[in-house]
Amino acid sequence: MSGKPYRLPLQNGIGRRVDQTKPVSFSFDGKQMQGLAGDTLASALLANGQRIMARSFKYHRPRSLISLGSEEPNAIVGIGEGAAHEPNIRAGQVELFEGLVAKSQNRWPSLDFDIGILNDMFSRFMPSGFYYKTFMWPASFWYKVYEPVIRYAAGLGVAPDNRDQDIYEQIHVDCDVLVAGAGVAGIAAAEAAAISGQRVIICDENPYFGGQADISTGMIEDKPQIDWVREKTAFLADHENVQVLNRTTVTGAYAHNYLLALQQVSDHDPEMIANGAPRHRLWKIRAAKVIMATGAIERSLTFANNDRPGIMLSGAARGLVERYGVAPGLTGSIFTTNDDGYRTALSLKQAGVGVARIIDCRQQTESEAVNAAIAAGIEVQFEAAISNVETSRGGKSIEAVKVAPYQKNRGRVTDETRIACDFVAVAGGFNPVVNLWCHNGGKLKFDSGLSSFVPDSHHDNIVAVGSANGAMDLATCIDQGYAAGETSKFKRPKTSTVKEAKAESLWFSPASGSDNEGIHHFIDFQHDVKASDLELAQREGYESVEHTKRYTTLGMATDQGKNSNINAMAVIALATGKKLEQVGTTTFRPPYTPISFGAIAGTSAGKLFHPVRETSVYGWHLKNTNVFEPVGDWRRPYCYPKPGESKQDAINREILNVRENVGILDASTLGKIEIKGPDAAKLLDLVYSNMFSTLKVGHCRYGLMLNELGFISDDGVTARLAEDHFLIHTTSGASDRIAAWLEEWLQTEWFDLDVFVTPVTEQWAQFAIAGPNARKVLEHMGTDIDLSLPFMTMASGNIGGFPVRLFRISFSGELSYELATPAGYGQSLWDAIMTAGSKFDIGVYGTEALHVLRAEKGFIVVGDETDGTVTPHDVGMSWAVSRKKPDFIGKRSLQQPFLAAEGRKQLVGLYTIDPDEVLPDGAHAVREVKQSPPMQTIGHVTSSYWSPTLKRSIAMALIENGRARMGETISFQLEDRTVKAEIVDPVFYDKQGDRQNV
Amino acid sequence: MLLIKCPVCGVEGEECDFHYGGQAHIARPASTDPENISNEQQRDYLFMRHNPKGLHFERWRCDRGCGKWFHAARDTTTHEFKAYYGITELPPKQLMQQATGSWAEYFADKIK
Repeated sequence: MSGKPYRLPLQNGIGRRVDQTKPVSFSFDGKQMQGLAGDTLASALLANGQRIMARSFKYHRPRSLISLGSEEPNAIVGIGEGAAHEPNIRAGQVELFEGLVAKSQNRWPSLDFDIGILNDMFSRFMPSGFYYKTFMWPASFWYKVYEPVIRYAAGLGVAPDNRDQDIYEQIHVDCDVLVAGAGVAGIAAAEAAAISGQRVIICDENPYFGGQADISTGMIEDKPQIDWVREKTAFLADHENVQVLNRTTVTGAYAHNYLLALQQVSDHDPEMIANGAPRHRLWKIRAAKVIMATGAIERSLTFANNDRPGIMLSGAARGLVERYGVAPGLTGSIFTTNDDGYRTALSLKQAGVGVARIIDCRQQTESEAVNAAIAAGIEVQFEAAISNVETSRGGKSIEAVKVAPYQKNRGRVTDETRIACDFVAVAGGFNPVVNLWCHNGGKLKFDSGLSSFVPDSHHDNIVAVGSANGAMDLATCIDQGYAAGETSKFKRPKTSTVKEAKAESLWFSPASGSDNEGIHHFIDFQHDVKASDLELAQREGYESVEHTKRYTTLGMATDQGKNSNINAMAVIALATGKKLEQVGTTTFRPPYTPISFGAIAGTSAGKLFHPVRETSVYGWHLKNTNVFEPVGDWRRPYCYPKPGESKQDAINREILNVRENVGILDASTLGKIEIKGPDAAKLLDLVYSNMFSTLKVGHCRYGLMLNELGFISDDGVTARLAEDHFLIHTTSGASDRIAAWLEEWLQTEWFDLDVFVTPVTEQWAQFAIAGPNARKVLEHMGTDIDLSLPFMTMASGNIGGFPVRLFRISFSGELSYELATPAGYGQSLWDAIMTAGSKFDIGVYGTEALHVLRAEKGFIVVGDETDGTVTPHDVGMSWAVSRKKPDFIGKRSLQQPFLAAEGRKQLVGLYTIDPDEVLPDGAHAVREVKQSPPMQTIGHVTSSYWSPTLKRSIAMALIENGRARMGETISFQLEDRTVKAEIVDPVFYDKQGDRQNV
Repeated sequence: MLLIKCPVCGVEGEECDFHYGGQAHIARPASTDPENISNEQQRDYLFMRHNPKGLHFERWRCDRGCGKWFHAARDTTTHEFKAYYGITELPPKQLMQQATGSWAEYFADKIK
């Protein structure tokens, strides 16, 4: 097909948006084409004779554009290449630019010949629920066979293949009035609000303001509407109170008038992107008042094969001609239920496009538009409807429509007339765009005049105006706009509109033969939902419209059923004998149109994705290892491999060096919270399960924190610095949570306690020095502290000239000290220890060595041995549950029957029968090994390591009645084998604790 | 995104600057008589929550502001905040009279 005939002579107001003197080259599926500056991708494709733009989702039927706006279900394409590729874009909204690369989607091997069309031939056997009903057995086939194949065949666009290089950003603003939609009603509202002194933001998804004003007939102040729109747009753009945002869609309305708007800053202009402009900007707007002027969307009509390429909405046909000078075809038929079809027919005729016939379902009627069409010599047939469409082979082009006499509620068609044409414009009436109204719970009411839903009440400060509010005439639109925006009465401009004849609604156009079953009456074009599918869903009992939606996937495609929603409800109403208003609508959810992931992420990507907390020695770690693990917001060194060493080699070396010489660990991430005040001890007695009021000054005690449910929440060592002053340690990942939790109890329950909670984690650098040589290292550095201080005590003083708090505590089971110094001294102290320690073979160790060292000693790690459902009794720490204290958090819950009952899982140690076999973390022990699952679990591995100290594998596990089963051999069922292990005491090394008490 | 006003420091901010603390006015049995709490009482304290369509009394913390906990009364259908009040305070009398479920019992002897 040659493209030439479809571009009309650009004269007499035809093609107002395009510039004949500026050709623009672009490509579609690798084919080079030319359009004009001002074209959209869709208008340029049609001008080139490229009518088919996509294949449908399920049946792979060839599809073309039906609309020019965001309701488009068919003409969905991918734009850009490689990392800059963006799938699922509506071709009618893509502004053409030089070098644009577009690709069709959902076809294989090509748009012209698509193997998936076989689905169409079998469509009778693929009704709604087909996949559910067919691919049920065997269950194991679903993930490996059925799902991948179905996904491959039914995918929408593909994701870009690399990291997006473009910039995305977000902006937070507030305003007095947000106007969503800049048609005449929205513009009137914005003008009134601005002049009333309010701060206004007005957004429209299109590049041009005015909505449908440029293709509508009414006049304002005796001039075409579009002239008024241009004048007011310029006024608003200049007004200091007004932010004018084109290419910006208000996508969602949330609680307390919080709205999101996506601005497509530079999608239309690669030069802007090259100059550093963001591609998209997400506006987060808090508006005192929202004026919803989102307009209305034209309905398509439901007749057999109504999805064929070349069948489009009346407004789209008129827009193509008047805006872009593109003929939808050579000769068209118009199928209408109202006067809009006549306006389109006249527009086409005036531009030199053939109009075969206007087919009007109404009884003979008179109005200005009808009379004008007849006077222009256009053939009009009343009380008639299109019953079917004749196409060339494969359904790619229309050859004729079949027309039958129409009467409401009449059944199958028997006599049809054939009218030759190559396109069809359908005018089915208008649906107000009420999405924003409903996002945060606004109510709708049914408008029988429009046969559609319009805004009713709303608890937020939001007002609907214009056609979004069901007002379909110019004067009312403008009046509602001004009334919503003004604070005192404004003078309304003079308007004139032609009087229209009453519109009808037509929900299902009967066809002849089996076509009357609705198997080719398409409702939701993008998801290939037909009238027959909706009827089937009713027969199968999906009575609620929400169930029908999910069963048939109605309205669940990227267009969210903007065009199909009401048509579907009407078909359901016909099938069930209900009224349309009784069927109701499905829930409108944000976003109105898709938002890019880039805009959602904004600048929170790469290094800015998440902050990293750094200890004072972090720089040293970066120089000495590249193996880190995330712990809360920290990144802690996992181990420090030397050249040629594996991670496991490094871990083994680090552990043995602690056991044989001395190791140093950066423990600065340990949570540190100071508790100070006369009631400090009282608070600790309430928040720990064991007793702290009895702790002597200068002594340390390990403590367990439970939550109110009785489960272990955190643990750590607490030191008493003074009678009224404690320092508590928490696990690294929990310091913020515990500080907030203590604060919560203090403020909300024990507000009479006189005590302060101060998190000081980052104020201190803290290092563990562990191993037989630990004391020698500190002695060598020189100190005024008596280093023979007993286990579980602490002292303050100087070491190597640094002010320190020295804690004689151990998480490794070795002779061990923890030194804390103000964070600013951290790196210097670390260096001083390393220098002094070199004589004693000091070696740095990472978090994995730390974990193995503690596991060898049977110490728990909260989060490994516990998972939020584990009590102190479960892990054998009943000694930490005070019997003396009348109350502490979790005490009463531990006595609840379900926690006190027998048979709970208990912490035990495990020796695998094969000492070289290291069980995987989380492996389940089974009551009985069977040929195949299911097998009943009796517990799971909580920690498992290779112990270089014991030269064998060790593990800890929570096993049903574990402590009563010492010596028993149990089986762990892995994917490919069974591993047997003996239940043993969880303390594997130095059971008496001789090594730490030296 | 709710818009919330802290009654302690007076700052108005978005929901993400605050921390939601669940249902308000739940008495902790162990704080009054820890020795005499029935299993049912403890169960109700831990798990039973009132989820009305309408007036809801709840706790919030002014996370990015003063750090203080406070109370709020909110309509769960419209998200309208009916009142903010201190963490040790009771709601305005008129709201106590409208309270349902366990709140109505809790407030019964406090409305004077």
